[in-house]
Parts: sequence; structure tokens; C-alpha cells
Amino acid sequence: MSTARLTILIAEDSAADRMLLSTIVSRQGHRVLAASNGLEALALFQQERPQLVLMDAMMPVMDGFEAARRIKECAGEALVPIIFLTSLTEGEALVRCLEAGGDDFLAKPYNRIILEAKIKAMDRLRRLQSTVLQQRDLIAKHNEHLLTEQRVAKAVFDKVAHSGCLSAANIRYMQSPYALFNGDLLLAAFKPSGGMHVFLGDFTGHGLPAAIGAMPLAEVFYGMTAKGYSMAEILPEMNSKLKRILPVGVFCCATMLNLSFQRRVVEVWCGGLPDGYLYRAASGERVALVSRHLPLGVRDAASFDSHCEVYPLVLGDRLLLLSDGLLETCNEQGQAFAEERLLAVFAANRQADRLFAEIQQSLSDFSAEAQDDVSMVEVVLVDEAALNRPPLDYSAHGLISPNDWSASFEFRAQTLRHFNPLPFLLQLLLEVQALRSQAGALYSVLAELYSNALEHGVLGLDSALKRDAAGFARYYSERSQRLAVLEQGYVRFHLQLQPEPAGGRLLLRVEDSGGGFDPQALLGQTLAPGRLSGRGLELVRRLAERCSYSADGRGICVEFCWSSQAAGDDRFGG
Amino acid sequence: MADDQGSDMHVDNHVLNALREVMEDEFALLLDTFLSDSDERLRLLRQAQAQGDAQAMRMAAHSFKGSCSNMGAVLLAGLCKQLEDLARREQLDDVAALLGHIEREFAIVRILFKSERQRYR
Repeated sequence: MSTARLTILIAEDSAADRMLLSTIVSRQGHRVLAASNGLEALALFQQERPQLVLMDAMMPVMDGFEAARRIKECAGEALVPIIFLTSLTEGEALVRCLEAGGDDFLAKPYNRIILEAKIKAMDRLRRLQSTVLQQRDLIAKHNEHLLTEQRVAKAVFDKVAHSGCLSAANIRYMQSPYALFNGDLLLAAFKPSGGMHVFLGDFTGHGLPAAIGAMPLAEVFYGMTAKGYSMAEILPEMNSKLKRILPVGVFCCATMLNLSFQRRVVEVWCGGLPDGYLYRAASGERVALVSRHLPLGVRDAASFDSHCEVYPLVLGDRLLLLSDGLLETCNEQGQAFAEERLLAVFAANRQADRLFAEIQQSLSDFSAEAQDDVSMVEVVLVDEAALNRPPLDYSAHGLISPNDWSASFEFRAQTLRHFNPLPFLLQLLLEVQALRSQAGALYSVLAELYSNALEHGVLGLDSALKRDAAGFARYYSERSQRLAVLEQGYVRFHLQLQPEPAGGRLLLRVEDSGGGFDPQALLGQTLAPGRLSGRGLELVRRLAERCSYSADGRGICVEFCWSSQAAGDDRFGG
Repeated sequence: MADDQGSDMHVDNHVLNALREVMEDEFALLLDTFLSDSDERLRLLRQAQAQGDAQAMRMAAHSFKGSCSNMGAVLLAGLCKQLEDLARREQLDDVAALLGHIEREFAIVRILFKSERQRYR
């Protein structure tokens, strides 16, 4: 490939030599600029920006070395090859040429064949450098685009995630602002009945592909939690969605909690994350929450298992969830933080309240680098009153609402096995505008009555079992088993809305097919402290305006009312 | 760099031929330029000797050497090298004879170049 026509600067103080060289170079097809000293050379360079310089070392006014230094400085990032013209032979003098920025030499007498070859070689280098700079600038621009895209994606995601309650008083968490792009997802939301769902997820991969699954997942989480769906319904929906939309090999390791302040229990589902921990404040006992399921997005709908483990809690007990970023954090020596260190922090802890901070401290002692990849959350069982819970938000569509109607539903064995009727019933009742401000209380009461009817009435479980932690586990295990093989039985809901002169009233009756109970005996029972059951009916009596039992003990009737002018008294206990 | 050949020639015709080929119509101009350049250089050398300025002598001798080698004036280039080495060692007492020799050699080269020039007017 022949060299393109270059502009070549020749700096040589001997007039004859300068003339000779200029002729040789221009005969090779290049444009020649000629200078007789270093200062002239510099000026010509700045003015014309030649691609190559032939520089005599010894010149008056400013010698070749100084001129070369200044020209290189002037050229900046671009490569302007400088070939020194010299009859210097001493090694030291030649070194001086290179140190001054010279790229090559040409000895006198000038050999035009060698000169031509050197000009070609130098020009190749020059073009290589130019290509490198162009590529670098292109890469920098693309990188900037990627960062901008990520910023936009994060802004969109933050809007989706805004309805969460990670700032609740009983939650502490640690997460990098760009955790989304490490695939980490942390969600929390209040349930209409007052409890709380918490979700920690870790998507495979990094960058936008890891972040993109988070949005549909968050929508499902928030949407279904707000409508009162349980984990048993939310998890399969999340799983199906991810299975459908994510490519093969992409999935989400996750742990989900359902924390109920009223019933003082937590349900846990773990799929693929490292062990979480239930830390009992009083005894310091630590229960590992071990992953028993595959991550979300792996199993198809038919084989997905949403079975949860249930643990009783007392005030101050806390759950700690963490992503593998914490265990995999490396220090300068390349060692991983690993489980041993975490367990050591647990062992050394004396005050449950300080556990979270102690783990953070241990982590930053271990590795001074910023923890970009660590997600950790602590959820504490507290008194519900301590939580500053925002009022439920139900968008008011239309002022016309049905105020005078009744409906009855009977859910039989086959349906009871798989279907949770509560969200459906609640949505129906919320069509009544005036009931919306009592949505929380309504849901709590519905949930209690249904659970009572199903567990005690239809399944025949004895809540006396739930007096200690071991009994608790047995109770819920029994519940799953009996429900799975249920052949007979029903739960009936009767809803009656009637207007009244100053407002309206909802009469709600729940019946079941079970053996019934002695209502007088039950009413007479006072709540023994520490008993894990019986709280439910106490709650119902507190939340509803009126509560009564049918004579045979197979049904409970509750009433809610409202007055027209009030915006709704703040009846929901949350 | 002119290296010593078996017979140190005054002017290497191979070099002259190559120059003629490159310069074409400007060959005569090149010879003229060299001759007037060299006059100036000799003047500088004399001045440096008179002032005892070893540095100036060294630089002028070095420069002259380079020019001569480009033009094929082999013997003259060699003499300039000797002068350069003396000047570097600051042995200016010994330069007088050498300088005389250089002037005489240059006179010969001048005649040879002028006759070259005549042929290609």
C-alpha cells in the first residue's frame, strides 16, 4: 500500500543539506515545509500541523532536541513522528535524541531508499495511534450512553417501587443505590389487614438484563399485597411471570416473609438465597431460614411449591435476610467474608437491637471498599401502635356506589383447597364507597372469621396446639395435610348492605360445615397472656361494631356501620 | 558518515550521480549552495580558531562534515571529523595545520564541483 501524500516538515540548518532533503522527500510525493532552525520549525509546525518531522539535531537559535520536545508537547495525544537527522554516532548522543522525543534516526549521508522506508513505517505508527484515539473516544461515548440508560431505567423503577414501606420503623436495611443493576431487589409493603410482606430477591446477571425482571416482579408484589392476597397466591404469580418473560438461565433467588403483628407469626418462603436468620431476642436463639425451594422463574406453574414455614414470634424477635453479596465480599487478600464471620458476629452479640449495626461494622472492618453488592434487611416484630402506618389508599372511582344489596357465597371443599376468597370479597365490599375508610378493619375481620371457619370448623384443628413453638409447627403442618385431602365441607359468607337514615350498615355472617362450638364458653374465656391463639376473636370483637354468635356455634355475625356525613371514623386498627 | 575507503577520493562519483538523478534540473543549484555554504563554514572555523572557542569550532566542523558526506566529498569529510575530535578534546593548539589542510582540500573540491557544474549548465 503506497503511503498517502503527507505534509513533512524538514528542519536543517545547512542550506545544501536542506535543499537535498527537500527534493528527495517531495520526489517521493509529499508536501515539504522547510525550516532552518528549531524556532522556525516550531512555528511552522504550529501553523501547518505536518504529519511527520525530519529534524537536524544541531541547529542554531533552538537546537533539535528542544524543538522536538516542544513539538511533541504541542501535538498532545496525536502521534507526530520525529526522525532525527544526525551524524552523531556516540551512543549517548543517540540516547539524547530518543529522550527528547525522537522516534527514529537518519544518518548522513542521506540514503533516499532508507528514508522512504522510514517515512512509510512512521506513518503506519501515526495512523495506528490515530485509530486508537478514535476507538477510545467511541468507547467512552458508548459507555456514557449505557450509564444514561441505566439512570433512566432506575428512575422508572423507582416510580414502580415508591409504594413500599421500607422506611417503616421496624425495618432496617442496607443496600447500594445501584443494587438494582446487581440484580438485587428489596421490597416491603403493608397488607390491608395490617401485617407486612417483605421480599428480598437476587436476579442472576448484572446490568440492565438483571434489572429488567425487577419491574414486573415489583408490580405483582405491590398490587397483590394491596389487594389482600396471601403469599401462597403471590409467589406462584411471581414465579409464572418470571418463567414466562425471562430467558432460560435467568431467574431470581428470593426470600419472602409475611409478618403478622396481630397473630405474632411469620411465614417464610426461601428459594435459593443464603440462609436467613430468625433471631429470638430473649434467648439469643438463632433459627436458620434455609432455602427449601428453587428460585423464582425456574419451575413451571404445575410444579411450583409455595409451601411456607411458619414460626411464632414475640416482641423484639427479628428476621435477618441477606443476599450472597455479603458472604462473598472480599478483602484485599482475596478472602471472602463467608458464613463463619457472620456467625461470629451473632455469637458475640449481647443486645438484639445492635445486631444489624454490628454486622455492618464487621463488614466494613473486613473490607474498606464500598459495599456495592451487599443487600441486607432486618425486620423486627414490634407493637403495631409503634408503626406510623399511612392510611390505605383506595382510589375513589365514581360517587355512585351500591348501598342496598345482599349476596351469599358458598365455597366448598374443592375450592377451599386452592382458592383464597378474601381478596375477591374485599374488592366487592370496597365498591361501597363508605366502607373504604374501614377497609383495614374489614379485611382483618374477614380474614379472622375465614381462618376460624376453615381451620376450626371445616378442618377441625384445635388451636390449643399452638401453645408453643413445636406445637405451632405441628399445627400448620396438620393444616396443610388436612386441606390437601379435603373432600367435604364448606364456608359460607352472607353479605347484607342496608341503608339507614343517617348512613348505612353492613351485616356479615360467616358459617361453616364444622361441628360447631359452645359460644357461651368461648365468650367467657379471658385471654391468658402468652397464649398463641384466641387473639383472633378478641380482635373481631374490637374492630366490629357488633359481634354475635349463632346458637349452634357454627356461625358468627358481625356488623359495620357508617354515618353519611363523617368521612369515615378511623376504625381500622390496621 | 563517510568511511575510509582504500584510496581517499576527493569526490565520490557514485554519490554525485545519485545526486544528479535526484535533483535533476536543480543539480547545479545544489552544487552552488554547497559551495557558498562551505565558504561561510570555513570563515566560522577561522573565527573560532582566532577566538580559541573550542565549542564553536566543534559545532562548525561537525556541520561541515555532514554536508561534505552528503555531497560525496569523502576526504574533506574525514578531515572535518579529525578537526571535530580535536575541538572536542579542546586541543586547539594543534588545529592550525589541520585547518590549512582543510582549506587546501576544499579548494580541490571546489574545482571539481565547478567542472561538474559546467557539464550540466
